[in-house]
Formats: sequence, C-alpha cells, structure tokens
Amino acid sequence: MRKKNQTSHTNRYILLGLSLFCALMMVLSSFSDKAAGPFKVLANVTVIPLQQGINYIGGWLGDMKDNFSTMEQLRAENESLQEQVDALTTENNYLQEESYEYERLQELYELDQNYAEYEKTAAHVIGKDSGNWFNTFTIDKGSNDGIEVDMNVLAGSGLAGIVTEVGPTWAKVRSIIDDSTNVSGMVLSTSDTCIVSGDLSLMSSGQIAFDQMENNDNVVSVGDQIVTSYISDKYLQGILIGSISEINVDSNNLTRSGYITPAVDFKNIQEVLVITTTKAELTGENDTGE
Amino acid sequence: MKAVKIRRIVVTAVIILVAYLLQCSVFPALEIAGVKPNLMLIVTASFGFMRGPREGMFVGFASGLLIDIQHGDMIGFYALIYLAAGFVNGLFEQIYFDEDIKLPLFLIAGTDLVYGLGVYFLTFLLRSDFNFLYYLNRIIIPETIYTIAITLIVYPLLLFINHKLETEEKRSASKFV
Repeated sequence: MRKKNQTSHTNRYILLGLSLFCALMMVLSSFSDKAAGPFKVLANVTVIPLQQGINYIGGWLGDMKDNFSTMEQLRAENESLQEQVDALTTENNYLQEESYEYERLQELYELDQNYAEYEKTAAHVIGKDSGNWFNTFTIDKGSNDGIEVDMNVLAGSGLAGIVTEVGPTWAKVRSIIDDSTNVSGMVLSTSDTCIVSGDLSLMSSGQIAFDQMENNDNVVSVGDQIVTSYISDKYLQGILIGSISEINVDSNNLTRSGYITPAVDFKNIQEVLVITTTKAELTGENDTGE
Repeated sequence: MKAVKIRRIVVTAVIILVAYLLQCSVFPALEIAGVKPNLMLIVTASFGFMRGPREGMFVGFASGLLIDIQHGDMIGFYALIYLAAGFVNGLFEQIYFDEDIKLPLFLIAGTDLVYGLGVYFLTFLLRSDFNFLYYLNRIIIPETIYTIAITLIVYPLLLFINHKLETEEKRSASKFV
C-alpha cells in the first residue's frame, strides 16, 4: 500500500513538473522567439528529414503513376503542345515588344515598384497542421536558404500565406484562410481598401471574408479582383488574393462586406514560391534611397 | 532487465514519431468533410490506460511538444493539453482489461471530445468567438467520430505491440527470479 502511494506521489510530482515546464515555455515563447530555438533544432534532426523523405517517396510514386500513361497519349499531347508552342512564340514576340514599350514608359514615370520583379524561391510543402482548427503548413526551406519571418508565400498566381516561424531547414507558413489571419486588401479596379480575414467557418467552403470596404460611388461587383494593398506592413503590394464572389452593403450603409474566392486552391498545395524580399526591407530601402 | 527497458523506450519513441509523421503527411489526404482524425491523441490515450499515468504523461508530453514545435504558436500549449490527456487516461489503468474494447473506445472518444472543447475554449473563446454550436457540429463532433473509427484500426495494433513487449519483459523478469 505504501509503495502504491509512493508511485502515485512521484506521478503527481512528474505531472506538476512537466506542467510547470509547459507553462514556463508558454510564457517564455510569448515574450521571445529565442525560447523555441533549441526545439527547432530538435525538429530539424528528427522530424523534418523524415517528412522530406515521405514527400520524396510520394512524389516518386506520383511520377511512377504518370509513367503508365500510354505513349500514344503522350504523342498526341506533344503534337498539340507543339502547336501551342508555336502560337505562344508568336504571342510572346508580340508581348515582348509591348514589354519593351512598357519598360520605356515605366522609366518615364519612374515606377520602379513592380511586384513582378520580386525575387522568389521555390519550396515544397512537406507537412500540414496536425489538427482541424488552424490552417498552417510546413515547407522544406528555412533560414539556411535565406527564408525569414514575414516573407510572403505564393502558390500559383495568388497569395497563399506568410512565413511565421523559421528553422534551419524548414519554415512554418500560416495560410490566408487561417482563422487568425487578417490581410489588408484592395480592389484592383477601384483601389478601395478592405480587410480580408480568414474564417474557420468558411474554410470548408474554400472562401474568405472581407469587410470594412467603403460604401462609395465606385462600382465593385462580383468577379472583381482583390489584391494586397499598399497599407499593410507585412504583405507586399499588388499580390492577387482572389476574386469577389459575393458583396453586400452593411446595415450601417457606410461599409461593404462579402466573400472572396481565393486564387489559390488550398486543398492541394504542393509547391509554393517564397518572395525573398520582405515589406520591411523594401520600405526600409526606400527610406534610405530617398 | 535494462535491455528490455531500453527496447520499450525506443519502441515507444518510434510509435510517437510514426504517428506524428502519419498525422502530418498522410492524414490530410484522408480528410472527410474537412476533418481529419487525431492519431496523436489515440496514441497518447492508449499508452495512458495501457501503461499507467506516468507513461501516458511522457508520451503525451512528447507528442504535444512535436506539434508545438512545428505548428503551435507557442511552445508548451499542446504539450500541456496532451500531458493532461495522458495523465487522466492513465488513471483508468486499474479498470482496464485487454479483452475489453468498449472502455478504450469510450475513453478515446471522451478524450477527443474534451480535447476539442479545450482547444475551442482556450483559443477561440478567448478571442471572443462565440459561435460554439457551429464549431461543435462542424469540427468537434465529426473529429470525435472519425477518430473512433480510426481507433478501431490503430488500437489493436498498439495493443499487439504492447503485448509483445510485456511478454518479453515478463520473461526476462522471471529469469532473475
């Protein structure tokens, strides 16, 4: 009996000790990012290589599956692609001509903040959030590859999220449909700004909400594109977020709100592009340049 | 004696690691209605009632910490929740029998339900998001049901591994006597 009591006592001490440790780490990590440092290194040697391995095997299996598609199919595809290449070459020449003209005009107007020129680096998604409550994912590049916190992450043509944590060979990205994300957006055609916020209750339908758009004379309709605005201090300007799928005037008659269909398919993100310039760097450079 | 102990620790660590990797890389593909089962919780709870509070605590702490490192906003949050889950399940070790699958199912379902409620209260309610019924219907209940379904597959496996280790331990213990 005494022995049993003793073990339950030690158990209680262990519980107390570990709980205190957790509480202490929570307090520390909410004050400083450095507290998580040792654990990130731990993840680096244990989980990340394995996740990368699984990702590699998955990719390899996918390739194998693709190899089964028949030769004929490939030939037909090749032919149609060749036609497409021809068409695109012509179009490309034409566009290049326009691009030269555009560049010339741009120099004329000294518009050097073109977002197409942001430097990007590609990364693979190697893990997703373990729970059902939030929407974050892990990518296979980290501080060794020059990734920093607050870098914007693109998937395809649209904004996917923002880097919130960086380890040596991995980084955590919080997507824009996550419940705790807010992005300052702007209607491309009218430059009206709004707040785009992720919402757990909309996540399953693949939409995000926006609100606080001024209810002025500018006509904003379904299908208009929303890009990131010039106001945000973390998101670079002019990155496509999505297109409006529903818009309503709020009951106060001063603002408008509605829903956006994101440009990114968040169910199947595999590869992402990380913009290696942060907004802070960009604005800092501009300040010193002027 | 020592070799057996080390083997148990290694096997447990491998189980946690495999569960975590499955949870992060394979389970997102198994999503039904936007909800995936919580394998880490199954492992934590199972170790709790199969092996007692102490092992439940350590397993829960390790799994929670893994989640914290990669996905949490602060280190220690999930570790604390899983730690508590492991400990509470460990208290049921005394009324647990191998042959009975009802108690494990019931415990894991209860743990997942409480876990869902806990996460809602600690993260969403504190941000004054009062849409509780929606989250209950949309995430907490479906996750619990899906987790029970996965338990039916995973739990016998864990039980089998535990049996193997336990017979090994008994054999080496009787050698000394």
